[in-house]
Amino acid sequence: MTDIAEKSETGGASAVRITPERLTHLERLEAEAIQIMREAAAEADNPAMLYSVGKDSSVMLHLAVKAFFPSTPPFPLVHVDTMWKFQEMYSFRDATAEKLGMDLVVHHNPECIERDINPFDHGSALHTDMWKTEGLKQLLDEKKYDLCFGGARRDEEKSRAKERVFSIRSPQHQWDPKRQRPELWQLYNGRRSPGESIRVFPLSNWTELDLWQYIHLESIPLVSLYLAKERPVVERDGALIVIDDDRFRFEPGEEPEMRLVRFRTLGCYPITGAIESDAASLPDIIRELFLATTSERQNRVADHDGVSSLEKKKQEGHF
Amino acid sequence: MAATDTVNAPAEDIAADVAEYLEANQNKSMLRFITCGSVDDGKSTLIGRLLYESHLVFEDHLAALEVDSAKVGTQGGDLDFALLLDGLSAEREQGITIDVAYRFFTTEKRKFIVADTPGHEQYTRNMVTGASTADVAVILVDARKGVLTQTRRHSFLVSLLGLRKVVIAINKMDLVDYSKDVYDSIREEYLEFAERIGLGADPGDITFIPLSALKGDNVTEPSAHTHWYHGPTLMGFLETVEVDDERPSQSFRMPVQWVNRPNLDFRGFSGQIVGGTVQPGDPIRVLPSGTTSTVDRIVTMDGDLDVAMAGQSVTITLADEIDASRGDLLCTADAPAEVADQFEAHVVWMHEDAMLPGRPYLMKIGTRTVGVTIANPKYRVDVNNLEHLAADTLELNEIGVCNLSLDRPIPFDPYPGLAIGERNAGQPGNRDTGGFIIIDKITQNTVGAGLLHFALRRSQNIHWQDVQVDKQTRIERQGHRPGVVWFTGLSGAGKSTVANIVEQKLHAAGVRTYLLDGDNVRHGLNRDLGFTDVDRVENIRRVSEVAGLMVDAGLVVLASFISPFRAERRLARERVEDGEFLEVHVHAPLDVAESRDPKGLYAKARRGELANFTGIDSPYELPESPEVALDTSTMTAEEAADIVIAELRSRGLID
Ligand SMILES: Nc1nc2c(ncn2[C@@H]2O[C@H](COP(=O)(O)OP(=O)(O)O)[C@@H](O)[C@H]2O)c(=O)[nH]1
Repeated sequence: MTDIAEKSETGGASAVRITPERLTHLERLEAEAIQIMREAAAEADNPAMLYSVGKDSSVMLHLAVKAFFPSTPPFPLVHVDTMWKFQEMYSFRDATAEKLGMDLVVHHNPECIERDINPFDHGSALHTDMWKTEGLKQLLDEKKYDLCFGGARRDEEKSRAKERVFSIRSPQHQWDPKRQRPELWQLYNGRRSPGESIRVFPLSNWTELDLWQYIHLESIPLVSLYLAKERPVVERDGALIVIDDDRFRFEPGEEPEMRLVRFRTLGCYPITGAIESDAASLPDIIRELFLATTSERQNRVADHDGVSSLEKKKQEGHF
Repeated sequence: MAATDTVNAPAEDIAADVAEYLEANQNKSMLRFITCGSVDDGKSTLIGRLLYESHLVFEDHLAALEVDSAKVGTQGGDLDFALLLDGLSAEREQGITIDVAYRFFTTEKRKFIVADTPGHEQYTRNMVTGASTADVAVILVDARKGVLTQTRRHSFLVSLLGLRKVVIAINKMDLVDYSKDVYDSIREEYLEFAERIGLGADPGDITFIPLSALKGDNVTEPSAHTHWYHGPTLMGFLETVEVDDERPSQSFRMPVQWVNRPNLDFRGFSGQIVGGTVQPGDPIRVLPSGTTSTVDRIVTMDGDLDVAMAGQSVTITLADEIDASRGDLLCTADAPAEVADQFEAHVVWMHEDAMLPGRPYLMKIGTRTVGVTIANPKYRVDVNNLEHLAADTLELNEIGVCNLSLDRPIPFDPYPGLAIGERNAGQPGNRDTGGFIIIDKITQNTVGAGLLHFALRRSQNIHWQDVQVDKQTRIERQGHRPGVVWFTGLSGAGKSTVANIVEQKLHAAGVRTYLLDGDNVRHGLNRDLGFTDVDRVENIRRVSEVAGLMVDAGLVVLASFISPFRAERRLARERVEDGEFLEVHVHAPLDVAESRDPKGLYAKARRGELANFTGIDSPYELPESPEVALDTSTMTAEEAADIVIAELRSRGLID
């Protein structure tokens, strides 16, 4: 305090210095993410942002716009598409890029197009691997992006707890635990050897609750699939599948019925389970996620069969 | 199931009104802390319980915990909280030892980020990493064992990294009958030690809490078993401890991350404020250049700010058109940072390849990356007993005090805590302008970290003597340009033979030359050096320096050295100007070189009488792109020399 008082006496700009209050946790998380993004963009030669249209991507993009304001973020949005996303995701994606004036790079694995890889004939694992994992590698090789932003968080899964903010990938795009660098203070090492690239995760320290609160506070636009609505649904192996277009293959006896559902995560529509919910607004979602009542909890606990949650999610088709 | 009831209770407590819930939640503060403990002190159990008690263990995690506790838990069917964080133990089995895991929990008052470091050999690297971003340290002590070597080690590292608030969590009190005597004697012993390492300067800095992580005593609820204890519970402490109250009162500092130029009318400097506060109208000094201006606007997407404080990421515009770029530091003009290029620092080594004094590394501090060489350590600190030991180098997980020499001046503040020392007594210091990382130039890995203490007087007083006769005037007089022809290769590859012939031919052509030969310099200039990696680096450093001076004197220097490391050859190259260095790889297959063995050295090495012999038990790193590559097993020395001379000619060094 004395420091500040003296300063104004010795000819500082204003007589009274208002010391702002302590930053809230969301303000700190925001400032940290912005610092990470600026650092990454400054150290990269050819950065890009992996944009998947979901809530994590939406928050990450919002932060990028803040980080470089009044400039437009100095990198393109990159979408490695599978052709099987919800139609609303495509229109939302295109509108978002246009509104922000950012380049949008969409990649479709040509081999998948040629062989008509789809979740019905090839199963969800192969479908996802070919379109997304292989597709991403193709794109990175083709465009020579040396740094990609991703929206992953450390709290998503136990094994991610020690992932770096700057994660080094070999020229073959492999993650090698031995090559990962210690990260001290806010000093990120963005240097790469030839062929290496870096994934940067600005949301590393955010939890799901932080994300929803921030979306609420900042009024970040999201696809409406997160909100409950009557949608045509078939129930398959316990998962609720929403029919998004006429490519869906019904099994004998399957008949879509309208149910009030929403999504917690978004992926390819034939392999993403919806949940039954009446949460039709953001506060409703937050109530549902974080203020769940005793009985709801216990019901779900009873359902649990002992597999790790991520494995379970995978089985449900949440990729 | 009693446990489930506890978890669910708060759901009823929290008003069902979402708006109120959100309002309360968005005004929380954040605390980052590190937990330190040896294996089996109960660290996992404690963190697991904090996660659980904060009610943010989600139902799927909880169910998994119940299933796992029944299956593999150690608590006979009760919940085994340690299982909530098995990420690291799985890793330990895979032999991956590098890690700090970050965990998150939230209470109604605060969001917490826990840096969880496993307690094995990699401890120093992990702890230093975790502590670098922590506000508070929680050090576990097993009540039955008291203050151990590990406790001292953890405390020293915490203090070194500038943490002031420390909790000594005396765990497993249930196993010592919640004895006040045990608590008191641990407290006393610890306080005595803490003073030695500069912890506990303020009475409130160290907090001792008697705990049972397993039974839950004093974790979130005051325990009935410790009626004699009147301090806070661990959670109570973490929720209320004041930590970031200092940063706003420090001097204003903001490293420029990015120059923001959307159009010709706007030029802003983007960065995160790392000390103090700033408002429009404040006088600013840009370092290292020293130019001054005043703050015009503090720009954010949410509108211009009247004032911004440490921790915020902003974009600042200045009243004058001055030239600042990434890496510069904006400071308050009243109390700017110091600028220097030579320092004393604590260095923590973090890589399997030991530090090589004299080798050029990169150093990143703030947003600036510069070249650095590290001198031989003045001493190394034994982290277990704080003794100072003599050292030539620093190995993985070792900490030492060294002088650093940078290739350009940087702005800095001393790092707070131990590093401040007497010399900077009374200065607050700043973690973000005093902490740095060291990067290997070739692998690009982060190999070390450090804390700046102070600038060496030397660097502030030495100025270049302005000399009237310079290199250019000498070149004009003698009629050819100077340069270094650097012959590298295995012993017996033919370096000296070729270098000799080249010198004779140059001399005959009227070129002023000098031959520096590896064996010869070892009789004089480098008589004191052996063949360890450290000595080899110093050997080449001195030779490069001499070669550099000779180039300045106008000579063509022929240097013949095995010089097995790329980094050292690069050092030699960087000592002179672009185009003045010619790397000549004199190659012969090992068996050919060994069969020549002009000095009988291979035979000796094979007999084990000569250690660290290149090609036998010490590596030779092949040149990546030498200007000339000669294979002496397929040509004569005469032919080889002609190739070198032709190259010198084509580069215009000689006519
Ligand atoms: N009696 C008792 N045992 C404890 C306490 N805290 C941890 N333990 C036990 O000590 C052992 C090691 O604990 P763990 O949390 O895995 O230690 P870590 O290696 O420090 O993570 C386990 O068997 C725990 O159940 C405690 O407060 N009291």
